[in-house]
Amino acid sequence: MSRAGRIARRGFLVGSVAIAGGVAFGAWRYTRPLPDPFAKGLSPGTDALNPYVLIDASGITLIAPRADKGQGARWIQAALIAEELDIDPAGARIEPGPVSKTYYNTALLQENLPIDPTDTGWLAQTLRAGSDVPARLLGLQITGGSSSVPDGFEKLRSAGAVARETLKQAAAMREGLSRADLRTGDGNVILPDGQRIPYTELAAEAASIVPVQDVVLRAPSQWRILGKPVQRADIVAKSTGTQRYGIDLAFDGMLYASVRAAPAGSSVAKVEAAAAKGMRGVHSIVPIRDGIAVVADNTWRAMQALQAITIDWAFPDLPGDQQAVWDGLTAALDTAQIDSRPREIGDVENALAAGAVIEAEYRVPFLAHAPLEPMNATVRITDSQCEIWTGTQIPDFVVAKVAALTGLGEDSIQVHNQMIGGSFGRRLELDFILQAVQIAQSVPGRPVKMIWSREEDFAHDQPRPAQIARGRGRVANGQIVALDLAIATPSVTASWFGRVWRALPGPDATITAGAGDQPLAIPNYRVTGHRADEVFPVSSWRSVGASGNGFLHGCFLDELFAAADLDPLQGMIDLCSHDVSRRVLNELREISGWTGRAAGQGRGRGVAFCLSFGVPCAQVVDVADTAKGMRITRAFAVADIGTVLDPVNAQAQLSGGMLFGLGHAMNCELTYRDHVPEQTNFHEYQAMRLHQAPEITVRLLENGPLRGLGEPGVPPAAPALANAIFAATGQRIRELPLSRKVRFV
Amino acid sequence: MELTVNRQRHQIDAEAGMPLLWVLRDILGLTGTKYGCGIAQCGACTVHIDGVAVRSCQIALADVGGEVTTIEGLGTPDAPHPVQQAWIDHQVAQCGYCQSGQIMSAAAMLALQGEPDDAQIDRIMSANLCRCATYPRIRAAIHDAARRLATG
Ligand code: FES
Ligand code: FES
Repeated sequence: MSRAGRIARRGFLVGSVAIAGGVAFGAWRYTRPLPDPFAKGLSPGTDALNPYVLIDASGITLIAPRADKGQGARWIQAALIAEELDIDPAGARIEPGPVSKTYYNTALLQENLPIDPTDTGWLAQTLRAGSDVPARLLGLQITGGSSSVPDGFEKLRSAGAVARETLKQAAAMREGLSRADLRTGDGNVILPDGQRIPYTELAAEAASIVPVQDVVLRAPSQWRILGKPVQRADIVAKSTGTQRYGIDLAFDGMLYASVRAAPAGSSVAKVEAAAAKGMRGVHSIVPIRDGIAVVADNTWRAMQALQAITIDWAFPDLPGDQQAVWDGLTAALDTAQIDSRPREIGDVENALAAGAVIEAEYRVPFLAHAPLEPMNATVRITDSQCEIWTGTQIPDFVVAKVAALTGLGEDSIQVHNQMIGGSFGRRLELDFILQAVQIAQSVPGRPVKMIWSREEDFAHDQPRPAQIARGRGRVANGQIVALDLAIATPSVTASWFGRVWRALPGPDATITAGAGDQPLAIPNYRVTGHRADEVFPVSSWRSVGASGNGFLHGCFLDELFAAADLDPLQGMIDLCSHDVSRRVLNELREISGWTGRAAGQGRGRGVAFCLSFGVPCAQVVDVADTAKGMRITRAFAVADIGTVLDPVNAQAQLSGGMLFGLGHAMNCELTYRDHVPEQTNFHEYQAMRLHQAPEITVRLLENGPLRGLGEPGVPPAAPALANAIFAATGQRIRELPLSRKVRFV
Repeated sequence: MELTVNRQRHQIDAEAGMPLLWVLRDILGLTGTKYGCGIAQCGACTVHIDGVAVRSCQIALADVGGEVTTIEGLGTPDAPHPVQQAWIDHQVAQCGYCQSGQIMSAAAMLALQGEPDDAQIDRIMSANLCRCATYPRIRAAIHDAARRLATG
């Protein structure tokens, strides 16, 4: 079967359209095309295209639709196109592209299907392929769940290849040659005599011919850019202070603003703003929904004036303390009502009844996202138009919600996506953008840049939820006979969808993700999710459900191994039912020189494994209990992402994910009191700093399917550390942060 | 008020108490210096005053008693400072938002210490928070930059 046929079966075809003075190449839907973002300026009948490459006389532009929040997504998307197009991506413009429903994200929805991520059987594959349909219906353009790479792998390379071959065809027709005799290199078609014709010169001719569909994508052995240690396009800017983030924008006549909003569920009762009105530079004081904004001539003056305003909040008549959260989680565990039970093997009740049961209760706290760039958005709105400059992972939802808020049509709203200074899931929310729009409405025609203070960021995060889990298990004859884990948590999916769109029915796979989907052949094995009522709104935090569940599951498993007198790493290898995962565990044993938990007096080694987002990841942590406190001395991480497209960045993601997990496990929690978090800034939420960061060795394997690595490095870190502390001290710590029980260096 | 930034003199019309950070960002348009916390906890706002690393969110305009150097004045994309070059070679940045501050702290430390050991690096660089946890590459880049500066 031809390549075009195979591509079509995957659900897309690459096409081209003419644009002013040039050509655009992109993917269009095989079944029913979605609207094309460039269509308005294009001729009728061309509205099927989802462009990834634009070429005109001024140069080559690559469109990288998925947001970049530090994970290198923009670069890797450009590299996927450039690899087939035969250009140097460093010489091309890389644009996020306009918001369009055509940039739907199939890979993300596949992740939330009720199928085991390691299942590659025909039914699972068919279900995954079918998940393309709801994605298209929703028209979602989402960056999250480590999905940018798998989603773009075929589409972006195909767009590059079709563009290349079509440009060659245009040159062949111009020169009276055969396409087969032509080559390409560095943005040129090369004729047999060595003469080079730049793509930019061929763009108009390429637009007028039928695109060449019959392309064969290059084998990895032929890659020049992918899989090679290249310098990411944004590295120089990010090392010289010249990278512009959303927070750095400036426009003529721009005003600045800052906000204080009511705690979740509360509203403004009384405002005393007289003192702020006369302050230097204050333009206006603007009431917004559930809050107050100050508009001023610079950020600091807006923040100062905000501090001079006294606001009384009207709190809801509901419990607003941390204890209400723990009580709700306990109540959810005590009910017979379950949200889902993704794992049920053997007969757990009978197996437990046959002997002594090991029981443990685990807790994880709320965690803030707190990316280092505070939330911000710049908006200019008129009677007929709204322009928004911000970093967002969900531009489609921004447009829909802003349309509803302003009464403008969706066509009148433009989102200019900006480079993001960290997200960890925070930029999946709309709160700050909707505030900025309301503020801009008070000064029509003028751009307003709204920046949150760090205090506002902590007060208004929708954190990773707190959880409680109960484990029961039994060991006999040096084997784990039964493992039963019940997890209670509110649903981040329901909470989030309710805010950004509308509540979705059905069980939430994230409640048990990272625990109920692990490839372990324990003979009697059950994982149950209980949905607790939400006391405070919660959201996706790097690695989502697996961030907490990896800890609960990874630590309880370690308890059972210890009770059975088994080596935990060998024990996992023996129980592992997934070949790709077993190879990850074997590689970890190799690189860490693992010989067991023991590492000498006051020292210990811990190991943990978690399969999340389709990526098996295993980690070893070494600790030493010193006079100054507990120190992490070494760390090792192995993950399998199928194909390593960008080795320098992939290693950074795995290392960064593990250290992010370790830092929060050691030091971080968000606790509520009287409806607001008690932690107000980084002095009370330290995460990890350089002196706590161990030397880390990472290894990437390429045996499984192609996957992204933004999240899977996080889940094994906390359990590996807690298990190492157990190995060093004999103390089982069953709640996070570990600093509640251990003093770290 | 007079202020010298990156060798250029400026007349600033602002309150004496306005933090240097916001003078740089909102009045002079030097946005390479970042706001992260406003309370001396993250180091994203680090600049040099007469070569010493300071948190610009904590220094009032009236208290700036020397010449200010920001990340833009340390080096440029075409002519990076050796510390910036080491940051580029090691591809330290992930989201990159903290890195102006990291580089300014490291450059000031290396100007004072020559080749610092890990304990000195720990003490000085722990004032700079990286939420993306790029610490292993920060450490490697510092050692590399120290060698380059030593061999001139
Ligand atoms: S903004 Fe100055 S230290 Fe954080
Ligand atoms: S690179 Fe993102 S905060 Fe340091």
